[in-house]
Amino acid sequence: MVENTIHATQAVVTLDVALPGIIWGWMITLNMWAKSVGTGVILVGAFLLYRHKKEEMPNLRWIMPLIAFIFLNIFLLFTLTDLHQPYRMINIFLHPHWTSAITVGAWMASLFTGLVTVLMLIGGFDAFPDVRRHCPFAKKIRSISPFYEKVFPFVVFLAIPVTLYTAIIMAESSARELWQAPAEVMQMMWAALLAGSAALILVSDNWSRESRRDLALVLAIATFFSFLMYMGEYFFSFKSAEAEATLAYVHSGGAYNAEFWFGMALGFIIPFFLAVSNMKSDNKTLLKFTAILALVGLYMAKDVWLKIPQMLPLS
Amino acid sequence: MKLGFLVDLNLCMGCKGCEVACKVENEVPLSSWRLRVKYIDIGTFPDASRSFTPLRCNHCEDAPCERICPVSALHYLENGIVNIDNSRCIGCAGCMMACPYGAIYMDPETNTADKCTYCAHRVESGMMPACVVVCPVQANIFGDVEDETSHISQYIMAHQGNVQVRKPEKHTNPKHFYVGGGAQTLDPLAHERIEGYSLFNKITHLDHIGDPNHGVIDRFLAPFEGHEEVDNSSMMDWASSAGSKKEGGH
Repeated sequence: MVENTIHATQAVVTLDVALPGIIWGWMITLNMWAKSVGTGVILVGAFLLYRHKKEEMPNLRWIMPLIAFIFLNIFLLFTLTDLHQPYRMINIFLHPHWTSAITVGAWMASLFTGLVTVLMLIGGFDAFPDVRRHCPFAKKIRSISPFYEKVFPFVVFLAIPVTLYTAIIMAESSARELWQAPAEVMQMMWAALLAGSAALILVSDNWSRESRRDLALVLAIATFFSFLMYMGEYFFSFKSAEAEATLAYVHSGGAYNAEFWFGMALGFIIPFFLAVSNMKSDNKTLLKFTAILALVGLYMAKDVWLKIPQMLPLS
Repeated sequence: MKLGFLVDLNLCMGCKGCEVACKVENEVPLSSWRLRVKYIDIGTFPDASRSFTPLRCNHCEDAPCERICPVSALHYLENGIVNIDNSRCIGCAGCMMACPYGAIYMDPETNTADKCTYCAHRVESGMMPACVVVCPVQANIFGDVEDETSHISQYIMAHQGNVQVRKPEKHTNPKHFYVGGGAQTLDPLAHERIEGYSLFNKITHLDHIGDPNHGVIDRFLAPFEGHEEVDNSSMMDWASSAGSKKEGGH
């Protein structure tokens, strides 16, 4: 029958310009992934400090801000590198436009990185008292050691909007309907908790078993809810024609189907079961393997979610 | 004053005169377009027809590109035009992510975002945009939509019920109207785009965004070294740009 063989519109583009393709590519994926680690270690570290005595995690005070510092700088480096006019980044501070989540985020992330740097210096010089013992700068830093505990609650508070502002950038990217979902905010938060717990697991060798169990618990919860969020998007995609067309890239037969499911399996499904099993048996090696899987899978999931909305023709 | 545009698709014959005039007037580099005319074939032979749709910036009243721009490079003029200040643009491509109409491109010569400005420089001098002047059938109508006596306002009134904007569900309040359009011509998801096939060429995706000779490292080094003169022939050097088409490395 004709209705089965001919599209209702039967409209075909016969002459047009080339499509721009993917504009925000792997650098933005890496940017978001690194920020998840940078803010996540602070959030999860704060949770551990609330639940346990400092003595149970002897190196947490300096290694937590050190990891955050490294990954926040990776995040900032790739933010800068992805700009077509990198030296004009200064315009965000000289000519800020406050309706833009990019502007608000850049200011918050810069403040956050500055405070994390201070925490890292204080924590580091306190943890290694013999390092640069006579250096005036080190002496000055050691003299303000109590500042660490005073500023830490503010840093934890600031980590939340720094984690979430990327979701607001997504919300403002109104050409990409897939990103226009309230679930993006929760995805960012779960990604930070996942990445933060995974990163801290990798440095938790000499911590108490209870603190490691808490890290496994956070990882298990974060992977579980992250997976649920993605599945919600995957199956409830029919909210608009555009979202449906976008998700066709990850549905069966789509160009990003394999990467999506690798991300789901490596990042969420396998780490969830491994983390749950590890809460009973304290296997450090297996837990580290779980953490690495989660970090790799998270990158893949974020990469797919960033790219597929850019594949659609907009006009 | 709120300047707007109206295209009567019943009149447009797809000559691409507007496209060429825009390129020349604004010195738009090869591989980039401020205004393009899209051909869409509808129906099946012999009951087939071809429609032509000029596509340009919609100069939205609630422009998402203006909202997301972190440095106000995109800004409103008093006459409603959404203008762009290239000297301030940082090239973050946020506007390209925000524009629902795909109307913004990254200029490969300046490495900054650019788009149709309704020829703001001409309008300022009391002239019409280049694409309006060149149109042989007067399918492009430009004027003040707040002035009831203007040609565009009267045209809209005369064609009530047949005036459309693209993607009204985005709530951007576009100031670019179409008469005689339909879902097939105005909704990019309502027509099929067969990759690798086109009437006159086979280029369906850009190999690069930005100057192929201006990679990530070059962006940092550019201020410290003499920049080779870039002309259109360098843009056509597809062979040497073949290795630089990785996404994100633009």
